[in-house]
Amino acid sequence: MSGTPIDWLIAPFTEFVFMQRALAGAVMLSLSACPVGVFLMLRRMSLTGDAMAHAILPGAAAGFLLYGLQIVPMTIGGLIAGMVVALSAGAVARLTVQKEDASMAAFYLISLSLGVLMVSLRGSSVDLMHVLFGTVLALNNDALLLIALSSGLTLVALFAFWRVLVAECLDALFLRSVSKLGSPVHFVFLGLVVVNLVAGFQALGTLLSVGLMILPSAAARFWVNRVESMCLVSISIGLVASVSGLLLSYHASLPSGPAIILSAGAVYVASVLLAPRGVLLSRLPRTAHRTA
Amino acid sequence: MTICLTFHDLTLGYNSHPAVHHLDGSVRKGSLTAVVGANGSGKSTLMKGVAGVLKPMAGTCSVAVGVSIAYLPQQSELDRSFPARVIDLVSLGLWPRRGMFARHRAEDRERLGEALSAVGLEGFDNRPIDTLSGGQLQRALFARVLVQDAELILLDEPFNAIDARTVTDLIRLVKRWHGEERTVMVVVHDLDLVRQHFPEALLLARRPVAWGEAQEALSARNLLRARQFHEAWDEDAPWCVSGHHHDHRYDEHSHDPRDGKRGAA
Repeated sequence: MSGTPIDWLIAPFTEFVFMQRALAGAVMLSLSACPVGVFLMLRRMSLTGDAMAHAILPGAAAGFLLYGLQIVPMTIGGLIAGMVVALSAGAVARLTVQKEDASMAAFYLISLSLGVLMVSLRGSSVDLMHVLFGTVLALNNDALLLIALSSGLTLVALFAFWRVLVAECLDALFLRSVSKLGSPVHFVFLGLVVVNLVAGFQALGTLLSVGLMILPSAAARFWVNRVESMCLVSISIGLVASVSGLLLSYHASLPSGPAIILSAGAVYVASVLLAPRGVLLSRLPRTAHRTA
Repeated sequence: MTICLTFHDLTLGYNSHPAVHHLDGSVRKGSLTAVVGANGSGKSTLMKGVAGVLKPMAGTCSVAVGVSIAYLPQQSELDRSFPARVIDLVSLGLWPRRGMFARHRAEDRERLGEALSAVGLEGFDNRPIDTLSGGQLQRALFARVLVQDAELILLDEPFNAIDARTVTDLIRLVKRWHGEERTVMVVVHDLDLVRQHFPEALLLARRPVAWGEAQEALSARNLLRARQFHEAWDEDAPWCVSGHHHDHRYDEHSHDPRDGKRGAA
């Protein structure tokens, strides 16, 4: 490998199939997880994403206990566990006085403790690390297919339910007065969160898959002021973070999941500081203002 | 006379305490009614009940078949920090027409433009909603009601914290709806405003105190009686037995259906 900057950027992806697979996985994840993250953030549910990421652990662990380190059973297990927690938390919030933050916290803690219990029943700590931190550099065909499916499903659902999702964020009571779709679509949306977390955990691990969802969309909020453009900006940030994270991981021999999420984190911090709606520019003393 | 909305022994409330107690009667199609009463007298609760966002504890509230409802709540759950423009907010009103999937067409965009200019917000299309004043936001919400094009319009305290000029403009819209034979119910606190602009009034004090021609319903005697109710819940209040509403009738105003106005038992 020669030392030109172009080679530094391109060669890892042209020369190694595992890097191409990792890139394909990360690109597909960015396409679907980032817009889902935008809606999570606009609904003030960013931490719900984190809770859900913990909630899928027992399902993945059950799959692991029964079938070993195999992607399909672990994914299905994670999906089931995530859906049960999302539905239970959502149902308690909609049927009782308790708000969703509290019910979600309760159910995810139950789920997480179950998961840790199950992993410790059989696995060594190496296995636990594997489930928690993922292996984007070892995505096999099954894993890529699952990511492609969940990403496609998410994009179709987002297009289909776009107007309801926006209406529920913007004015939930209005939506309730004209349509009964608010509640079902909320559950569909929670389902999409789970699907994307599960798709992400093979690549990034259960703990960090939520990072690709939240960090790019949180950063996008500082750049633009429309939902549509926020989705596009967050996807772009997700793509940039995926590529730079994989390159960092390759050249500096870092674990790939944390490298991708840290790249996204760096974009977030830069956005907080430098973006038009960030700290610095919005604090600058305005020397001029318009007459009206 | 066509009936738009019928209450039959309607009781609405929270945690088994009634906020609207045994309301009977009906609202004529094309009528303009002010709903009046002290804080806690059940006005907003009634609006929620009619809009269908609060289920009755007893009795029924039935809207005539095929009547569409537009509801402007007192405390909107509008998230003003949401990155939306005025046009996005107003175009929510297209929901009954276009629903979840159908594209917004050129005629829809025309409607949106007309609605914005009808409320005096021309040129506000692309303004972010977090930059609107209270009055401008209320105008935008009225524009959304306009776009909804509903036959029954429920406005819950739409004139609170709104300046005189905006109130005048919004009243003009309410009267336009009235002129278009839409049925309009408005929760109002300003009694002078009611006497000036509203043909009919419903005076609530948890139970209905008076209902009918506005001047008469808002007589000094009725207003005094409306003031005499306990706003606080009585945790030890006996359970209300259905079919036994001794003090829920209102005395002087006849609401027999046969008198051609509207009915109340």
